[in-house]
Amino acid sequence: MNLTLKIWRQKNANDKGSMVDYQISDVSPDMSFLEMLDVLNEDLITKDEEPVAFDHDCREGICGMCSLHINGEPHGPDKGITTCQLHMRSFKNGDTIYIEPFRAKAFPIIKDLIVDRSAFERIQQSGGYVSVNTSGNTQDANAIPVPKEDADMAFDAATCIGCGACVAACKNSSAMLFTSAKVSQFALLPQGKVEAKKRVQDMVAQMDAEGFGNCSNTGACEAECPKGISLENIARLNRELIKAKTAVKH
Amino acid sequence: MSKSGLFKSSIGRKLAMALSALFLMIFLLQHLFINLTAVFSEDAFNELSHFMGTNPLVQFVAQPILIFAVVFHFVMGMYLEMKNRAARPIAYKKVNGAANSTWMSRNMAISGLVILAFLVLHFIDFWVPEINHKYIAMAPEDPTRYYGELLHKFSNPARVVAYIVAFGLLALHLLHGFGSAFQSMGQNNKYIDGLKKFGVFYSIVVPLGFILIAIALYVTGLK
Repeated sequence: MNLTLKIWRQKNANDKGSMVDYQISDVSPDMSFLEMLDVLNEDLITKDEEPVAFDHDCREGICGMCSLHINGEPHGPDKGITTCQLHMRSFKNGDTIYIEPFRAKAFPIIKDLIVDRSAFERIQQSGGYVSVNTSGNTQDANAIPVPKEDADMAFDAATCIGCGACVAACKNSSAMLFTSAKVSQFALLPQGKVEAKKRVQDMVAQMDAEGFGNCSNTGACEAECPKGISLENIARLNRELIKAKTAVKH
Repeated sequence: MSKSGLFKSSIGRKLAMALSALFLMIFLLQHLFINLTAVFSEDAFNELSHFMGTNPLVQFVAQPILIFAVVFHFVMGMYLEMKNRAARPIAYKKVNGAANSTWMSRNMAISGLVILAFLVLHFIDFWVPEINHKYIAMAPEDPTRYYGELLHKFSNPARVVAYIVAFGLLALHLLHGFGSAFQSMGQNNKYIDGLKKFGVFYSIVVPLGFILIAIALYVTGLK
């Protein structure tokens, strides 16, 4: 099939950037979206033009590296997938496809479609861990009883791959779904309870400091999340923070 | 961060929005009940209005709290809206918002501003003349004056239309806001499905009630 691509091109972080039109032909419906971009780039290289820079790594939907805002939605029109799992059969011959970077003040553009998502790493580093003595006498985690339901919810939260689609989909560029998943995966488990109060306060403070917007509960993040992280996690995050902030200090 | 930092965090501010919203939703029920009496009994409406208009607790405690809640909900809402807009300085060229969220959830600021415009009209219509009557002109209180004044106001079809538009937007505002308030308070548990259903019921029935009463009063005034 033949397609018109409207792609955001930006030389570097300081460049103003603009949408550039490309025509691409003989696209197979069996190609993945990233393979289609590979074909475009090969064509650009043979024409001695600068290829389009985009993020990708595992290409099997588990690393969270690929991004792209495709036709108005992060990771494109299909639900529950990353961009590398999107295939060209989701488009029709003659379609015009808008390809933009994830937009947020906290995700500055590095080049073309590549954005800097290290804000997520700083949120994670501020408290998204449990302190365990790994001197060699570490207790087997399985020796601590965990109710099945809690274990399942914690595991669901832990499936977040930190791709940033929640921020990209949110009209407020809020990072609440990401932060709530990272808080929930520990808040639900006995191992995470010890540092729960400090963790939630530090992670929310870092999230705010990064310049993400506020959650207004539109649910766009949940709908676009490739891993189906639920809004219940955001309610839990709210609950954990309110609990931590209103606790009497001794 | 200290304990006092709750309302300095994004989550604390959303909690403040939710709490002020809950207060306003309870106030709406009270207001609807008094309006409803006007349809059924002139005397009951006069009696309740006289009580609300002259009781010092209502006038000097409840009324300032209500005004504070409205102003707070508006100012905080606008502050958050501005912060949210600043979080995405460069807009997408193409956004397919309908693919992942409802119109009303994305446009709470618009519905909120229409409701605020209506409240300004409402203040000029009812509150300013009341304050003037009672505290500036110091006119003698006639406990039977309220029903007549109400009918006179609703004899104007333009006012009835403004009511319908404003309460239509209020319904949209509430359809997102009711469930959203509980989410902001961290309530997403086994009761949430029932609460959301009640929220939809509340969001449709309460604004519809105000609209039907406005129409009923207009029709009564025609006779």
